[in-house]
Amino acid sequence: MSEYAAWDWSVGSKTVANLAECDCEIQWREENQASPDGEQVAAVVNTGEGEFTVCVNGSCWEPRYERVWYLRYSPDGRLSGLACDEGDWTMCIDGEQWEETYGFLFNTMFSKDGSVIACCVADAMTYGMVVDGVAWENLYDNANNFHLSADGQKTVAVVQTVPLGQAEIFKFKEGVYSVAVDGEAWDVNFVNAWTPRFNADNSSVAAQIRLNLFDYTIAVDGKPWNTVYSQVWEPLFHPKNKSIVTPVRISGKWGMAQDEKIIWQPHFYQVWQQQFSPSGDRLAAIVCPEYGRWTLAVDGKTWNTTFGDMVMDLTFSPDGRRLAALGKQDTKWTVIVDDRVWSGQYDMCFAPVFSPDSQHVAARVEKKGKYTIAIDGKEYGQNFDQCFDPTFSPDGSKVLIRAIAGGKYLRIVEPVANIIG
Amino acid sequence: MEERVWIKDEGIEAGAAKLTPEKIEKTINAVFDNETGARLKAYVETCIHCGLCSDACHFFLSHDRDPRFSPVGKVKQTIWPMLKNKGKVSVEFMKQAVQVAQTECNLCRRCVQYCPFGIDIAYMMSLVRRICHKQEITPLYIQDTAHSHAATMNQMWVKDDEWIDALQWQEDEMRDEFPNARIPLEKEGAEIMYSVIGPEPKFRTQLIYQAAAIMNETGMDWTMPATPGWDNSDMAMYTGDSEMMGRLKRMHFDTAARLKVKKIVMGECGHAFRSVYDTGNRVLGWRMPPIPVIHALEFYWDLLNEGKLKVAKTFDEPVTFHDPCNVVRGRGLHEKAREVVRAFCPNFIEMIPNREHNYCCSAGGGVINCGPPFKNARVEGNRVKAEQLKATGVKVCIAPCHNCHGGLEDIIHTFELGIELKFLGEIIYEHMEKPNAV
Repeated sequence: MSEYAAWDWSVGSKTVANLAECDCEIQWREENQASPDGEQVAAVVNTGEGEFTVCVNGSCWEPRYERVWYLRYSPDGRLSGLACDEGDWTMCIDGEQWEETYGFLFNTMFSKDGSVIACCVADAMTYGMVVDGVAWENLYDNANNFHLSADGQKTVAVVQTVPLGQAEIFKFKEGVYSVAVDGEAWDVNFVNAWTPRFNADNSSVAAQIRLNLFDYTIAVDGKPWNTVYSQVWEPLFHPKNKSIVTPVRISGKWGMAQDEKIIWQPHFYQVWQQQFSPSGDRLAAIVCPEYGRWTLAVDGKTWNTTFGDMVMDLTFSPDGRRLAALGKQDTKWTVIVDDRVWSGQYDMCFAPVFSPDSQHVAARVEKKGKYTIAIDGKEYGQNFDQCFDPTFSPDGSKVLIRAIAGGKYLRIVEPVANIIG
Repeated sequence: MEERVWIKDEGIEAGAAKLTPEKIEKTINAVFDNETGARLKAYVETCIHCGLCSDACHFFLSHDRDPRFSPVGKVKQTIWPMLKNKGKVSVEFMKQAVQVAQTECNLCRRCVQYCPFGIDIAYMMSLVRRICHKQEITPLYIQDTAHSHAATMNQMWVKDDEWIDALQWQEDEMRDEFPNARIPLEKEGAEIMYSVIGPEPKFRTQLIYQAAAIMNETGMDWTMPATPGWDNSDMAMYTGDSEMMGRLKRMHFDTAARLKVKKIVMGECGHAFRSVYDTGNRVLGWRMPPIPVIHALEFYWDLLNEGKLKVAKTFDEPVTFHDPCNVVRGRGLHEKAREVVRAFCPNFIEMIPNREHNYCCSAGGGVINCGPPFKNARVEGNRVKAEQLKATGVKVCIAPCHNCHGGLEDIIHTFELGIELKFLGEIIYEHMEKPNAV
């Protein structure tokens, strides 16, 4: 796939593939995946009893497997699937499989630019991660909470470093879990650890930990904060420095701590999914300011609009000045941008997408089983049987729509002005 | 009255050995002062000690009306002395209190209906469990289950790959019967996320098979997650670890939200429904589940009434139906359940009492999860259930709840009732139209 700017941004619509056509005999076709540039549509297909491959734009990969699953495009447009041949698992990328095989592979992850593809491995009852085919040297009795750094250069997971027998509750309370970076565990164990995350240059890792059954805090490179809380959620590093923010619960209410200092007073019923703006100047989170009502807070200040069901998919604009999320009220979803709600009510909305110039917000939306995209609250004029997330052109003037209608996969480039009027 | 039997449990004993009077007082008062309010005050001050709740409790009835096993008797042995003495109670008292609250009350809420004031004694027993959790005197086996939840986000120490493997195995198995069958994993935008409890991938995989068959043959657009968050169960709710309960429920709802499903359909489990529909969502700040949660009983009823689920043949043996507390008293699904049962089982015989007045299985509320030390007491404490089952004269009982299955199995075995237990989905799977089967 070419660079984003070099994609075909010519206005128009084309049929990329007829989904009924495939150059191999197929029994059934599974979920469709569209490439980021919209030029490909792919799906796992069954080609006979216990035999699977992948069909891309009507053409099947050569290898046949006992199973292929978790087919996903990486951000750089490579197509990956977890594949099993004679009981051994590998990753198949664009029809070429890794040389290495393992007992089981799962949970594919991509670096932000897609250049690194990783996944989790279970082999001979031991666990760890595999990056571009190569597994950690040290595998563990158990591992979970796997994470790949944004640049794909580092991996981290929660690992079990001490064997634990059935109902060994006292040993459990002594701590049998740690955090392993590229397979190397911290030299300290905790009762629990969750959601380890890297800082911007991968030099530091922070994770939620439980010191006993009651005291929660954050550990940074194995060292717990001095302050403990009745609960914490996932830590987040500042994008420019090693500062860490995390929601913390104090005396029954939630606030935000930054490096153990309270920066949002604990008066919320809930705070989670915090995000920094790209520059790190602003901090936003999903909050519950009044029991049963949900909204966003930016730098501790709560938005006026609240929702009764839930708020999800908080998204900063590239310039960090704007903020969008999804809100749900009485089972209907909508998009909220800068504390203003779109008029459309939908059965489902997908994560909002900002244009590179931060001027526009788009989202994939669904109503009565039909999908389309909407920009700044205005729906595109055509409905589809399926639709993928929209992508703005580099200058923000056009939008790429990837959709399926009448059994055909379509690639549409539409001027934004035509949609928002 | 018979002498009271206090059971030795390794978890309780080891925890109690570390207790001091100061710690007991501190933890009790911290819970009362910081975690209770008008509700507890109203319950304590409103109760007129009339004892009308007694006849609601299977432990009381099965112990020949021993008042120590009545709901109010359990409050008298736990909350009242703690309040009266302002937390100054002995280690021995706490050891007995944890047995009462954690193993002799199923939190079934039958007694709420017998109280003239609607006092929820299950709430007070939960409060005792919370105090015991803070004192680390929770029984060993259920504490181990809570640890499993914390470490793996599921109830049975199922590792991330084992879950996926169980689903793929069941998908392969299904293809002998339904050649094109699928268990779609990680299908973003599906209508339904189907969630189950930890024991299903561990040792009741046939239930996943049967549910998948129902989903496939009724044409549902569904998915199951390939990540933690698949397990809807929650023993942390029953050990009083509300922080862990919140963590589990967040993971469950986050998973459903990530998959962009419109609803969560869950298997035949009662306590998990309580956690997802009532307690876990609320501890996080939601008044109701943020994504609708449909229990299997309601889902079957929907399918039947929408004409998607069709009866191919009936199950003609006489059957009875056990109403699980969490989906009947907790959700009112008793009539819908009966409509589905009658559609497949024309010879349906009610057990008496029934519906919201049904006797508890004596396994729920985490009691069965307290393990072998308490098994005999649990079974002996539910003789009335055995009598109730026996009186139906049937040889098949439908129990749409995992814990109920566990509890009823023990009762059936101990009292030699010769009754076979079935999940409703099992009967549906075996008797529905299967257009894609070979």
